[in-house]
Amino acid sequence: MWLTNSSVGRKVVMSVTGLFLILFLTFHALMNLVGIINLKWYDAVCEFLGANWYAVLGTLILAAGFALHIIFAFWLTWQNRKARGNDAYSVTKRPKTVEWASQNMLVLGLIVLCFLVLHLFQFWAKMQVPELMGKTVLAGSHYLGAVFSHIWVVPVYLIGFCAIWFHITHGFWSAFQTLGTTNDKWIERFKCIGWWWATIVMLMFAAEVIYFAWYFDAFKF
Amino acid sequence: MDNAINIKLRIWRQAGPKEKGGFVTYELQDIPTDTSFLETLDILNEQLVEKGEEPIAFDHDCREGICGMCSLYINGHPHGPATGATTCQLYMRRFHDGETITVEPWRSAAFPVIKDLMVDRNAFDKIQQAGGYVSFATGGAQDANAIPISKVAADEAMDSASCIGCGACVAACKNGSAMLFVSAKVSQFALLPQGKVEAKRRVKAMLAKMDELGFGNCTNTGACAAECPKNIKLSNIARLNREFIGAKCSD
Repeated sequence: MWLTNSSVGRKVVMSVTGLFLILFLTFHALMNLVGIINLKWYDAVCEFLGANWYAVLGTLILAAGFALHIIFAFWLTWQNRKARGNDAYSVTKRPKTVEWASQNMLVLGLIVLCFLVLHLFQFWAKMQVPELMGKTVLAGSHYLGAVFSHIWVVPVYLIGFCAIWFHITHGFWSAFQTLGTTNDKWIERFKCIGWWWATIVMLMFAAEVIYFAWYFDAFKF
Repeated sequence: MDNAINIKLRIWRQAGPKEKGGFVTYELQDIPTDTSFLETLDILNEQLVEKGEEPIAFDHDCREGICGMCSLYINGHPHGPATGATTCQLYMRRFHDGETITVEPWRSAAFPVIKDLMVDRNAFDKIQQAGGYVSFATGGAQDANAIPISKVAADEAMDSASCIGCGACVAACKNGSAMLFVSAKVSQFALLPQGKVEAKRRVKAMLAKMDELGFGNCTNTGACAAECPKNIKLSNIARLNREFIGAKCSD
């Protein structure tokens, strides 16, 4: 199978899953936005995405996307470390055109992974999981309040968003480059689109976290 | 001398492929700034020979930037701090008086050190042999203008063909990937009608050989293109990906 036994194939898996996750994040940010507009509507979205078959199917596909992306990341990094050899350069300099993020994708990814685990424990483990086990769950906004009434959540989430921002600014155009859809013009265009995409989505998330923290009185001492 | 500098060269010495290497620092006095970097190494080697020491082994041949033989990772850059130039085109005016210049061999598992600063770049030859050519039945040669080629394609192919196969891309890449080299070699044929006939077979064979020889997976950092002495563009890698994915999908 060329998707696993060729270097380009493995990168295609990374790029397709990466683009899928970017799309997911975009929808996630938009759905959170509903909570700012009206918490009742937010509760309706949460109910819609409960333990229904389509929500479970979606969760499974999403989990597969994350799993593939993470497993391939470790696999590729392991191979790349091996290809680099045992002797490291004594002096290294990063050329101006090379983005910092592009050389630190694994580290950024690990930060995102930690953030993801925390986030799943805070929400998914309390919302969809118990519902699947047949327990009754409260409205979505209840869990929103339980998490965002704590002030420490705000900086932790913002750090997570920063890591995702760096990760996407490289990942976005890199995915299109791997799929072979770029050329001299489109490399720059995809870089630009990716920068704006990451910035807008992460600003939406940041605004949502700050709004919810303010709404649930995290800033009151 | 007004335009001469004193420098320290911190050079990687390694007796053989299996030996343990290390840095040795040499001091050089009064090096004219219009001396080339390789001439500076020649001066140092003459001094070493006079002292009865082993001269430093390094690769070089044409000394005019076209053969791809010179290598050297100088102060954190393949081919040194100059851009769009090979080590042999690097002059001492790039360095200042009293500077310590660190010189290392290309470091990649696929390019093992032979001795000192010399590495074995045979892997590139093997990739080329896997498909980096156009095969055709011999006979009466066609008129050169019998196959029309657009100016755009001709220029692109010519730019890609300017790759000299020095291996700076692999040396610069944190993943030890040879994608820029392979993509240049694939592109120079993929863009021309003569090369299109064997395009699918070529891209699959060359990429399979690249993977087999232990080069890494490209993560699009772009360090290769930034350090390439021939300014081979990153868009070549996109073309290689496109050609490869297309070839695999049509299997």
